[in-house]
Amino acid sequence: MSIPNKIFTLVLITLILSGLFLFYKLPNNWEYALERRSFKVASMLIVSCCIAYSSLVFQTLTNNKILTPSIMGFEAVYLLFQTLIVFVYGDKTFQVIKNSDNFFISIGLMMLFAFLLFILIFKRGKSNMYFLLLIGLVLGTLFGTVSSFLQLVIDPNEFLIIEGQMFASFNKINTDLFWYALAFMILSFIIGFRQIKNLDVIALGKEAAVNLGLDYDKTVKLYLFIIAVLVAVSTALVGPMTFLGILVTNLTYELFKTYKHSILIPACCLVSCIAVLGGQFIVEQVFNFNTTISIIINFVGGIYFMFLLLKAKKI
Amino acid sequence: MSISRIPRTVALILAGVGMSICGLIMQQMTQNRFVAPTTAGTLDAAKMGILASILFASQSGNFTRILFAFGFTFLASIIFLKIADRIRYRNIIFVPLVGLMFGGILNSITTFFAYKNNVVQNVNAWMVGDFSGILQGNYELVYLSIPAVVITYLYANKFTVVGMGENFSKNLGLNYRTVLNIGLFCVALTVSVVVLTVGTIPFLGLVIPNIVSILYGDNLRKTLPITAVFGAIFLLICDIIGRLIIFPFEVPIGMTVGIVGGVIFLILLIKKQR
Amino acid sequence: MIKIENISKNYSEKIVLDKVSLEIPKGKITSIIGANGAGKSTLLSIISRLLKQNHGSIIIDKKNIEDYKNRILAQHLSILKQSNHLDLKLTVKELVSFGRFPYSQGRLTAEDHEKVDEAIAFLDLKSIENSFVDELSGGQKQRAFLAMVVAQDTEYILLDEPLNNLDMKHSVQIMRTLRKLCKEKGKTIIIVIHEINFAANYSDYIVAMKDGKIRHYDTTKNIINPKVLNDIFDINFEIIEKKEQLFCDYFSALKDIY
Repeated sequence: MSIPNKIFTLVLITLILSGLFLFYKLPNNWEYALERRSFKVASMLIVSCCIAYSSLVFQTLTNNKILTPSIMGFEAVYLLFQTLIVFVYGDKTFQVIKNSDNFFISIGLMMLFAFLLFILIFKRGKSNMYFLLLIGLVLGTLFGTVSSFLQLVIDPNEFLIIEGQMFASFNKINTDLFWYALAFMILSFIIGFRQIKNLDVIALGKEAAVNLGLDYDKTVKLYLFIIAVLVAVSTALVGPMTFLGILVTNLTYELFKTYKHSILIPACCLVSCIAVLGGQFIVEQVFNFNTTISIIINFVGGIYFMFLLLKAKKI
Repeated sequence: MSISRIPRTVALILAGVGMSICGLIMQQMTQNRFVAPTTAGTLDAAKMGILASILFASQSGNFTRILFAFGFTFLASIIFLKIADRIRYRNIIFVPLVGLMFGGILNSITTFFAYKNNVVQNVNAWMVGDFSGILQGNYELVYLSIPAVVITYLYANKFTVVGMGENFSKNLGLNYRTVLNIGLFCVALTVSVVVLTVGTIPFLGLVIPNIVSILYGDNLRKTLPITAVFGAIFLLICDIIGRLIIFPFEVPIGMTVGIVGGVIFLILLIKKQR
Repeated sequence: MIKIENISKNYSEKIVLDKVSLEIPKGKITSIIGANGAGKSTLLSIISRLLKQNHGSIIIDKKNIEDYKNRILAQHLSILKQSNHLDLKLTVKELVSFGRFPYSQGRLTAEDHEKVDEAIAFLDLKSIENSFVDELSGGQKQRAFLAMVVAQDTEYILLDEPLNNLDMKHSVQIMRTLRKLCKEKGKTIIIVIHEINFAANYSDYIVAMKDGKIRHYDTTKNIINPKVLNDIFDINFEIIEKKEQLFCDYFSALKDIY
């Protein structure tokens, strides 16, 4: 199948799945239900695209196909914040911190974290990608440790509040937040779009990119910033989806054997949408909400990742 | 005194020695100074084992739980080594990064089943590194880590050779498979035993061997005892800090070590980069 | 012309380049030789701005490289280091097309396509131009990367040990292509090279480095003699001249132990 055909097929599948969500077993008062469902489907699409874009670009920046931005510690920051709020406010949490406050503060914190990381790494003009990752990893583990212990001390009933935050879920999306998230996403995509050819060059490696006259550090910083925004927004909107990125990027590479980001990025977004729509459908209809989408995706994505590692000769 | 103080101190020392030595073994066997139970999925595998024991043998005693944890940890370590082998020739940072993701996967699988059975907080409770619950009668199993440490001392140099690769080992007449399995056995045993008696103590296996290596070099014969001693002392100090900071309450050791260890490790990394 | 003025580079205590000054002549092939650790690759990286020096400056065509916009500099100077481990799905033609990036940022014009085809023909890659780079042999890969550099069409071409991992036939092929580039297109080529015999037979000038300093810099004829080579490499050489070609025999250097 040629590339345009493949993209067309993916678009088709996405539309079908979206349609399923919107119209399957629609109750009698369908206007209200349809509106709610539309928001849900739209947020799923937004989150899928944010994660797809950020993971793919991250893999290009790190010249590596098995890393994802979550490794940098973003989700750990988010979880720590959520844990802290419940730890401090207990069951008064929802009264003190409204959903929208939570949303913006979470994003703010994650951006702050990203900012600090980048300053640390790009100081003195030396950009060492792996060092960045290692620091992010250590900080992530650090925050995770603190979170775990705080969670332990929290009353089991209150723990349920955090448990809700720990796992991504599309069931409780605040419609106001949705519009902010959409705005963030569109802005990031527009800014990133203009430099899409630069990504192709970065994929050749730092030295080749510099040789070809690219402002390497500047471009990398810009994209890392965009990635930070997208990851922060999607995490704050629905929660951590750690392995979704790895799953969809590698599926995309398998399906589309090209180096062009102008194809890879849209393709990855579509694959991601299908994964999320499909996954959520399974959660609702097959498991009857007994699990959450992030758990399923981490499970499947995780196993796929192991499979990739064990079979790959080179990584 | 003999009911709680002595057992607690003994458990502290053994845990400190055990985890540091584990880190050292793993680093020798992968020839990578960033590998440790924290960054190789070992701790997460132990968590999986605990979940399995909760689900399938919930009434059993500690010994059975350790068996479960041991089994999972051993298997996970084998898988991790296979993976590490594939990617060792790239940047040195890859291996712990991948190890962390590996740990994350194990964690997700564990969480999947834990969530279904509503035991998430329960499982997490087992994982907390906390010495305050140590009483005579429920800590003795930690003594099982002693044979592991002894074996390590005897096999120290062999682990290093194994770390250089299968061909290298064969060339020197070493039975690669056997030594590898013995090393993994020691690691799995120690980690399971410590995790079950005390809980997770992150970063210990990572930070101590690295500090020792910076100060004393890499001669295994020399650094092994030093690593053990440093490990015990570090843990004792963290324990004291944990008990004093919010007196009369106690900060769980896992948290103290996690923070202190994490910060030290960060400083090490940044210094190295300069 | 490339002027290297007082370049120093050190990593904490270790001095890798010590006040190196040099002027590279235009339109010729200049080889940089020296033992391991002499500082050759570091110097090349600094000239091409892949690495930053601690002191000193690089002047290209009367302008400091730091004053050049990156994109413009890339139209004047190109560097080829060791072939990357690319696992990208790129055909040879697509790789070579990247060479035009400094000019058209990825949107290829008719002129770009011409240059790409020219480069492919120059390196004799026409028959494999649609094969994926990761499926090529070592020699073919190296030629593909070299073609990318040729398509970049810069006045100055820097190469860091381009013959590593190549067999004899391909090594000769590459060196002959470099000579062709110099003669037919007037390019200035600086090449760091290990194989002394290739340096001896394909360069116009040779820079001999030792311990981070330039020990000798002269025309090839004046460098390829036993005294200079012994100083640089610490082993004995015998130079054999045959039909205008110079052969450096260092294989028998240890004869005296028998």
